[in-house]
Amino acid sequence: MTALLEDVKEKDKYKRLHDVIDAYKDKPGALIPVMNEAQEIFGYLPFEVQKEISEGLNVPLTKVYGIATFYSRFTLHPAGKYRIGVCLGTACYVKGSSLILDKIKEKLGIDVNETTPDGKFSIDSTRCLGCCGLAPVMMINNDVYGKLSPDDVDKILEKYK
Amino acid sequence: MPFYRSHVLICGGTGCTSNNSDAVAEKFKEELKKHGLEEEIQIVRTGCFGLCELGPVVIVYPEGVFYNKIKPEYVPDLVEEHLLKGRIVKKYVYGETIEEGGKFLPLEETKFFKNQLRIALRNCGVINPEDIEEYIAMDGYKALGKVLTEMTPQDVIDIVKKSGLRGRGGAGFPTGLKWQFTHDAKGTQKYVVCNADEGDPGAFMDRSILEGDPHSVIEAMAIAAYAVGANYGYIYVRAEYPMAVKRLTIAIGQARQYGLLGKNIFGSGFDFDVEIRLGAGAFVCGEETALMNSVMGLRGEPRPRPPFPANSGVWDSPTLLNNVETYANIPPIILNGPEWFSSIGTEKSKGTKVFALGGKINNTGLVEIPMGTTLREIIYDIGGGIPNGKEFKAVQTGGPSGGCITRENLDTPIDYDSLINIGTIMGSGGMIVMDEDNCMVDIAKFFLEFTVDESCGKCPPCRIGMKRMLEILNKITSGNGEEEDIERLEELGNFIKSAALCGLGQTAPNPVLSTLKYFRDEYEAHIKDKKCPAGVCQALIQYYVDSEKCHGCARPLCVKNCPTGAISGVPKSPYSINQEICTKCGACMESCPFNAIYKK
Ligand SMILES: Cc1cc2nc3c(=O)[nH]c(=O)nc-3n(C[C@H](O)[C@H](O)[C@H](O)COP(=O)(O)O)c2cc1C
Ligand code: SF4
Ligand code: SF4
Ligand code: FES
Ligand code: FES
Repeated sequence: MTALLEDVKEKDKYKRLHDVIDAYKDKPGALIPVMNEAQEIFGYLPFEVQKEISEGLNVPLTKVYGIATFYSRFTLHPAGKYRIGVCLGTACYVKGSSLILDKIKEKLGIDVNETTPDGKFSIDSTRCLGCCGLAPVMMINNDVYGKLSPDDVDKILEKYK
Repeated sequence: MPFYRSHVLICGGTGCTSNNSDAVAEKFKEELKKHGLEEEIQIVRTGCFGLCELGPVVIVYPEGVFYNKIKPEYVPDLVEEHLLKGRIVKKYVYGETIEEGGKFLPLEETKFFKNQLRIALRNCGVINPEDIEEYIAMDGYKALGKVLTEMTPQDVIDIVKKSGLRGRGGAGFPTGLKWQFTHDAKGTQKYVVCNADEGDPGAFMDRSILEGDPHSVIEAMAIAAYAVGANYGYIYVRAEYPMAVKRLTIAIGQARQYGLLGKNIFGSGFDFDVEIRLGAGAFVCGEETALMNSVMGLRGEPRPRPPFPANSGVWDSPTLLNNVETYANIPPIILNGPEWFSSIGTEKSKGTKVFALGGKINNTGLVEIPMGTTLREIIYDIGGGIPNGKEFKAVQTGGPSGGCITRENLDTPIDYDSLINIGTIMGSGGMIVMDEDNCMVDIAKFFLEFTVDESCGKCPPCRIGMKRMLEILNKITSGNGEEEDIERLEELGNFIKSAALCGLGQTAPNPVLSTLKYFRDEYEAHIKDKKCPAGVCQALIQYYVDSEKCHGCARPLCVKNCPTGAISGVPKSPYSINQEICTKCGACMESCPFNAIYKK
């Protein structure tokens, strides 16, 4: 049953991808906007998706791959269910955000750009999130946590366990 | 239009939103409804007020009372007391706005605002950015109307030239001249582009303008397009700024509806429309030629200049590219005249500049000051000084392309040329304050890690040279530095500056060179004494128990929290740390209730 559900969801994602491709097809410079939307839809850009984009927009697959690896927003591997983004912007860094990052890495046993084996958490380092007044800051999916000290990490992660 | 007796402005900028201001706004709506006040009192969701430190921020007009750090729980009280009974709720009011006798100071007269002059930020925190009518009520699109109905393109360019406005994206190139070049370039199809990539990793000026006043940028782009002879524009925004993208999208839609974008604007025969393009997370794409490649769907690698974008930019057509803040200055210049603008600022730097003030400073947030203001005024008057009684060490401007300003230069007036004279740059507006606890070698390393990570890899001086510099810095901060390393850094840095292809590589050594100039003693302490004076570089510090302060606890928290079992001793006498086992995690220092653990 769940497998079936997954399958339906997956098909729906591809349908949305094709809609996006159709909408942009004839516009000049469509590749990056389409890839941005695909990243939104799938959460990452697996090989099959790159292939669909390449065929749909009629650009060589090597070009799609070149763009995917050049821009840091595009990822080739799935992120965790909870994406932790620790701000390493300057304002946060001078207030010790690297210590927060170290603590999270230690707690989860993974490095930046990695996902825990159970697929729950992944860690990113981000740049200024625009709320330097709250530095140091981190985000978990869409929740923002500010004025952090390494001590806060345990309690916050506990909420998502 | 309905008449409201009172307006409640609730900040919807990124800082306050992350601090839960949406819930505060919801609660206000709920409470107003409960008291039947929806028809009398209007809630306005604005962009950033600038004082994000105090968020969520709520301002109630007509009194202009500034409430800070408002939680949803406070709202019923506020509505009942202030809005229903007319009694200001003092305990939620920002302390700086209460005078000694208990009188309320209008926000504009507080230290934070008094020394500012808001031109680019004129509407931020004042209007609802999702409602074009509010922008129009603040004279919005009036400048565009004036330009299209009363002026020739050359008239417009002359005004911009005469105002003395220079680019706010970093390089400070005279804006009017750039418009002239693009105007004079041959080609039937031309483009205008807005650079909203905001790459400096500690800054958010452009973002706040887009979130708080998106129409000002759209209006200015239309004016620029008319002046240079373009009729299509691109706004290149970072995908990491979802709220800015959303507000821009709404604004563009509304402008089209009102006929302010599209065909035959103001019946003048002039057509103009814009499109948003999302950046995908590459710092180098803020560089103008890389940005244009990216707009065209290519890898964002810089191309050699010349040809300059004015002659060959997007789709190889003449292209005008300006920064968000540069554009935001245009409508007021048109409406108030170039003389007004050039009366503000210094001889060669006119107008104002927006800075994102952050780091070790009491009032973090956005400030807009007239050029020529000194750093001392920014830090001590507007910024409210350094928190926790710590000592000021330096300010970093210009982000990864810039340098630092030390105590000796605190009285330097902020303008393009004097900042260059003291070895840094104006940059796009990042201003990070550092105190005695920050290690300048570590800060230099921080920026270098950033630029190494962001180098596009196209040219070897940047790709290889910067990596070499970073290796040397790593060597120094891990305690393996040699005396020759300082010279090596300087040599490499100067070589990269002269040999790199684009501005990223040409400026990336600056944070290192500038800290070497002003804080050479810190580098030397790392290299010769193997010490990090600020106590930041892990490899060079050790943790100790201060035997005077240690209470010899019966159930010592330090021992409990140490992950490696490095602390030993018996109750009633001081504990000690075995340096061989200690991994320098700092847990003991944080856990000791008597501050008996220190690092050196
Ligand atoms: C590596 C690099 C990054 C840059 N990033 C930005 C940026 O994020 N925003 C910006 O407006 N200008 C940035 N610039 C400057 C632009 O190349 C360009 O000079 C500027 O956008 C021109 O607009 P202005 O004349 O209005 O300042 C960057 C330059 C370099 C070399
Ligand atoms: S200087 Fe660096 S970022 Fe610029 S083109 Fe060369 S490698 Fe790329
Ligand atoms: S710094 Fe960490 S490892 Fe070292 S003694 Fe303290 S708690 Fe133990
Ligand atoms: S630097 Fe972290 S939010 Fe700005
Ligand atoms: S985001 Fe609310 S004051 Fe800056």
